[in-house]
Amino acid sequence: MARLSNDNVELAREIIGRYPRPKSALIPLLHLAQEQDGHLTEEAMAHIGELVGVSSAEVLGTASFYEMFKMETVGRYMVNICTNISCQLRGGEELLAHAEKTLGIRPGQTTPDGLFTLEDVECIAACTEAPCLQVNYRYEHRISNEGFDQLVNDLRAGRRSDIPSHGVLAEVRQHIPEDRRAGVVTPEDKAAPVWIAAAGEGDK
Amino acid sequence: MITDAPRIITSRFDNADSFTLAGFEATGGYQALRKALSMGPAAVADEVKTATLLGRGGAGFPAGVKWGLAPENVWPRYLVVNGDESEPGTYKDRLLMERDPHQLIEGVLLACYAIGCGQAFLYVRGEMPLAQERIAAALNDAYAAGYIGKNILGSDFSVDVVLSWGAGAYIVGEETALIESLEGNRGMPRLKPPFFPAAKGLYMQPTIVNNVETLSNLPWIVTNGGEAFAALGAETSRGTRMFAVSGHVKNPGVFEVEYGVTTFRDLIYAPQYAGGILGDRALKAYIPGGASAPWFFEEHLDLPLEKVTVDRAGSMLGSGAVVVMDETTDAVKACLRVVRFFARESCGKCTPCREGTTWLENILQRIQDGYGRPSDLDLLLDVSDNISPGITWPPKQTTICPLGPSAVSPIASALQRFRPEFEARITQAEEARHSIPVTITKASSHG
Ligand SMILES: Cc1cc2nc3c(=O)[nH]c(=O)nc-3n(C[C@H](O)[C@H](O)[C@H](O)COP(=O)(O)O)c2cc1C
Ligand code: SF4
Ligand code: FES
Repeated sequence: MARLSNDNVELAREIIGRYPRPKSALIPLLHLAQEQDGHLTEEAMAHIGELVGVSSAEVLGTASFYEMFKMETVGRYMVNICTNISCQLRGGEELLAHAEKTLGIRPGQTTPDGLFTLEDVECIAACTEAPCLQVNYRYEHRISNEGFDQLVNDLRAGRRSDIPSHGVLAEVRQHIPEDRRAGVVTPEDKAAPVWIAAAGEGDK
Repeated sequence: MITDAPRIITSRFDNADSFTLAGFEATGGYQALRKALSMGPAAVADEVKTATLLGRGGAGFPAGVKWGLAPENVWPRYLVVNGDESEPGTYKDRLLMERDPHQLIEGVLLACYAIGCGQAFLYVRGEMPLAQERIAAALNDAYAAGYIGKNILGSDFSVDVVLSWGAGAYIVGEETALIESLEGNRGMPRLKPPFFPAAKGLYMQPTIVNNVETLSNLPWIVTNGGEAFAALGAETSRGTRMFAVSGHVKNPGVFEVEYGVTTFRDLIYAPQYAGGILGDRALKAYIPGGASAPWFFEEHLDLPLEKVTVDRAGSMLGSGAVVVMDETTDAVKACLRVVRFFARESCGKCTPCREGTTWLENILQRIQDGYGRPSDLDLLLDVSDNISPGITWPPKQTTICPLGPSAVSPIASALQRFRPEFEARITQAEEARHSIPVTITKASSHG
């Protein structure tokens, strides 16, 4: 698939509707496209540009700044091993070396069966649980070499249904019910908020 | 000093249902919101000012003062929540978002009410799907229960809280870069002045950017009063604070302690906290407040975790990340790793940072690899001086944001203290090269 599916277009419109300016929805929509296809296709980026009202060059300009957006196919599982300082002190680099051996690839590469992409990443905010890693951004804390091999075997054997394929982030989405919605506030809405004006603080 | 101060923001962490609406309501949740609505916005802001709640995102600026910087009678105002936690060593905001999302949401509502924000954006780091899910679920439940949205709890206070998330870029934690990212752009910082968010932030409107931990304190402050908060801690550091202690300690963990009175020694050695150094080895150095902070040593252990004290001693508490290195730590390797982080994460907007951090990494890498030159140590300091003139603390900047100068901290610290280690690495490598018999292998046909 390349352009956003009809369901995703509907979701995209809902997301755009939450922001005062449509372009603010760009990153959430890029995630949606990556969730759909596993990586970002040119067609999806062009489609997002149409929905948001910016050129596809602008979409690419934003997308290419961010580490998580992949412009090429990656493995079903992104294995991100932290080697930053807290993890380095507790064996993060040794874990990465072990992972390279087990998977037979270097950071940035994908296994020939298309299952795993390995990355050597910066701090993932689990520093007290070092050495640690993420598979498709799901945490594995204090992981040993044996633990790593077990993880890889489990993923290969389909025993980790808790980890969705690459691109899927939060599986619970925000939904603002129509009858509870306060509504977007745009920069053009120059009036003091009601509760401030009512409290006599409008000229504060 | 170890005290029995109450846990303010981690009080629900041991409850299995801490992240659910039912669990939150059963433990006093959303009572502060009810109370605030009866107090009025100015009174809420006053409580926060009385509390002297310092920002927990890194710079430690008082929240109440920051709120007051929004220009008078300029509307709309926005609230942006900084949940981008990515400073190496820092681990607290993710816990607060995953384990107590409603506490954060209640804090967001209190801030919006007090400041007069018409809409709030909660920006969570992209690599944290569990935090995103917990917050999404909490927002959905809180909307349904009438705590967010139109006419909250039947009052005239209305605000939408929108969950947004990033896509992997450390620099987006910097507030103006975060705003750029929220506008759908590359996350590159804006120049301050003129782009101080409180005056010209999101869509060029007054915008208050606050950290997740900062806002998580608000429900307690409104419930118990600013004075109760200010009664805890030291003169310039009130309340409690979360610290993550990682690296070579027996019991790495995240601890909420009374701010300003507990010392580094308590935190690193006390059995109820990190429990001492692994294998009872000696301490070599520690980073007191995240990768951007200059390193501390043995002689700093008895300093309290107090903002002004630590600033004066030449470093900072930053994001509450204490990284402990024992005597076996290779100073060159540790220094290289931290510098490499900044080189990788430079947004590329300013030349001294983009080029300088890359050169610092390259030079350190060749020292580490055994190809260092005797002139390299002075070269490191020379490049550092070009990024941050004088290599002082607090750092002077030739750059748009503090990321560039942050790369200088580990070098200045490590070189000042462990220069012989760097020199030895260079000399040993020289000697090794001269003593290795040179064998000439036939060049491969691939060239
Ligand atoms: C390079 C850089 C990275 C930063 N990263 C973060 C971060 O991840 N989270 C955060 O809350 N603040 C971060 N900050 C600080 C923010 O710019 C801002 O000061 C803070 O979010 C304000 O909130 P507070 O006043 O509640 O602390 C960073 C600053 C810089 C210069
Ligand atoms: S100092 Fe570095 S990260 Fe900050 S704006 Fe300049 S180039 Fe970007
Ligand atoms: S340094 Fe590895 S998670 Fe923070």
